[in-house]
Amino acid sequence: MADTIISVSGLTKQFGAFVAVDHISFDVYRGEIFGFLGANGAGKTTAMRMLCGLSYPTAGTGTVAGFDIRSQGELIKRNIGYMSQRFSLYDDLTVKENIELYGGIYGMAHKELSERVDELLQRLQFIEHKDDLVSSLPLGWKQKLAFMVATVHSPEIVFLDEPTGGVDPITRRQFWDLIKATAAEGTTIFVTTHYMDEAEFCDRISMMVDGKIRALDSPSNLRQQFNAQNMEQVFYRLAREAQRTE
Amino acid sequence: MNAFISFVKKECIHILRDVRTMMIVLLIPVILTLLFGFAISTEINDISVAVVVNKYTPDVRRDISALEQNPYISYSGIIEEHDIDAVLRSGKCAAVVMFGRDGKRNVVLDASNSSLSASAGSYITAILNNDKPMPLPIATYMRHNPQLKSAYNFVPGIIGLIFILICALMTCVSVVREKEMGTMETLLVSPIRPVLVVLAKMVPYLCISLVNLATILLLSHYVLEMPIHGNLPTLLGLCVLYILLSLTLGLLVSTLAQTQMVALLICAMVMMMPMMMLSGMLFPLENLPPVLKQITYVIPARWFNEAIRKVMVEGMGITGIWKEFSILLAMTIALFAASIKKFNDRLE
Repeated sequence: MADTIISVSGLTKQFGAFVAVDHISFDVYRGEIFGFLGANGAGKTTAMRMLCGLSYPTAGTGTVAGFDIRSQGELIKRNIGYMSQRFSLYDDLTVKENIELYGGIYGMAHKELSERVDELLQRLQFIEHKDDLVSSLPLGWKQKLAFMVATVHSPEIVFLDEPTGGVDPITRRQFWDLIKATAAEGTTIFVTTHYMDEAEFCDRISMMVDGKIRALDSPSNLRQQFNAQNMEQVFYRLAREAQRTE
Repeated sequence: MNAFISFVKKECIHILRDVRTMMIVLLIPVILTLLFGFAISTEINDISVAVVVNKYTPDVRRDISALEQNPYISYSGIIEEHDIDAVLRSGKCAAVVMFGRDGKRNVVLDASNSSLSASAGSYITAILNNDKPMPLPIATYMRHNPQLKSAYNFVPGIIGLIFILICALMTCVSVVREKEMGTMETLLVSPIRPVLVVLAKMVPYLCISLVNLATILLLSHYVLEMPIHGNLPTLLGLCVLYILLSLTLGLLVSTLAQTQMVALLICAMVMMMPMMMLSGMLFPLENLPPVLKQITYVIPARWFNEAIRKVMVEGMGITGIWKEFSILLAMTIALFAASIKKFNDRLE
């Protein structure tokens, strides 16, 4: 597991006097599911934005997919996928049109794209719904589709920002099956979540409190370290120390 | 380029699938043009005029027959002097012409509609002074628009208004909608350049605007009988420049507004109102107080109205409007640079 795909050291983001992200350092390995946890306002989103090239770090260095986050933001963007908590699908476009749009945005050639669209539709078992408007789909389907759209260009890393908000446990479970299948193919998954049961599905977890990473290890090691029954207890122990409120 | 085309395609789908909005966008110009052209009118059309005659002379007879024959005046006969007030009050006539014993002529107007009576007064004066070897006291010449047709004034104004409405407002709302939906975030993470997102949004609205431009010009030429004296390429060039200006204005607002509601308010209150008031469309610029007059210099529609009037009504070519044209061009470039900069700034 020595093949690092994200490597960050001393990454800091300051907004005026407020230090949103305070010297965080970590590595993410190729093909793993990396859980990025923390309470609201802990700095998860800011850290993730810096990794995606949306925000410029105040201090620190890092590479994502082998590119420097300071100077090679555009190259990073080509090699990552991103799914926001609001799914980012266009309601008035059909399933197929949504996939094709993002494929086009990532500069995929026509032939390559149409093969990929078929492949994704097949995997989702969406073939007969390919011409349905996204607005007519149930939430769980939209979520899976959003994930597929984020991986349409076969990126090395997919960033998922609280991808499972507002869906029922069964759908969440199915969604995680999809994530695991994608990771098994060698795609690295970087996911933020609020659900501690989901944290158990991750290979490794980092816990952010007040802009700093307070713990980073596999779920079982973390449970041991904090002498806890489950991830929920680990989270409570760490989050209790938080000074910041929302 | 591939990315740009898929994006333009997506924008077109948005517009085509939203049939109701598209119909509104296509019909608004028709409705506004007809409304301003016919309903809201300060022009002379079918004004009833009576006369009071104290002494018949050949001059008087000639004047009366001039009134009778004028297509825009309906002559309603001779009345007694003491009936003037009653006739005007009852609304039977809008104006009475009095021929005095000494050869003097007076025009009495029903001034309850001030703008109409003012133009009626000058129009009647113009008729009465027509063909006179020595024009009598009031000599008013009205060039280009002797009938004081309001369409001459309103049509350029409407073109200015509609493009702000459709280009600025629609582009702006469509960008801000993506912010609200959260799709903008995903676009920013994608490798597509912000400039391309912006340009792709402009393309379909540019097409719609060109359709609207054709509708307005055809309507105003064939239905409102608005002349197009200048040459067509100059006119179209001017309009396309103004459309581009409106589109960039919409983009600039979209970088400032976070919700569709705010975007609508900014477009309606900050752009439309001053545009209608200060562009010379409703009120003559010459009558504005000095402070407001200064403000009109930064309102694009003011320059556009001036230029398009010169081209359509006065028949000037590009040489006649180079000043307005270059001001509009400079504004477009400045606005575009500003909105691209704002757009990129969001990435921090």
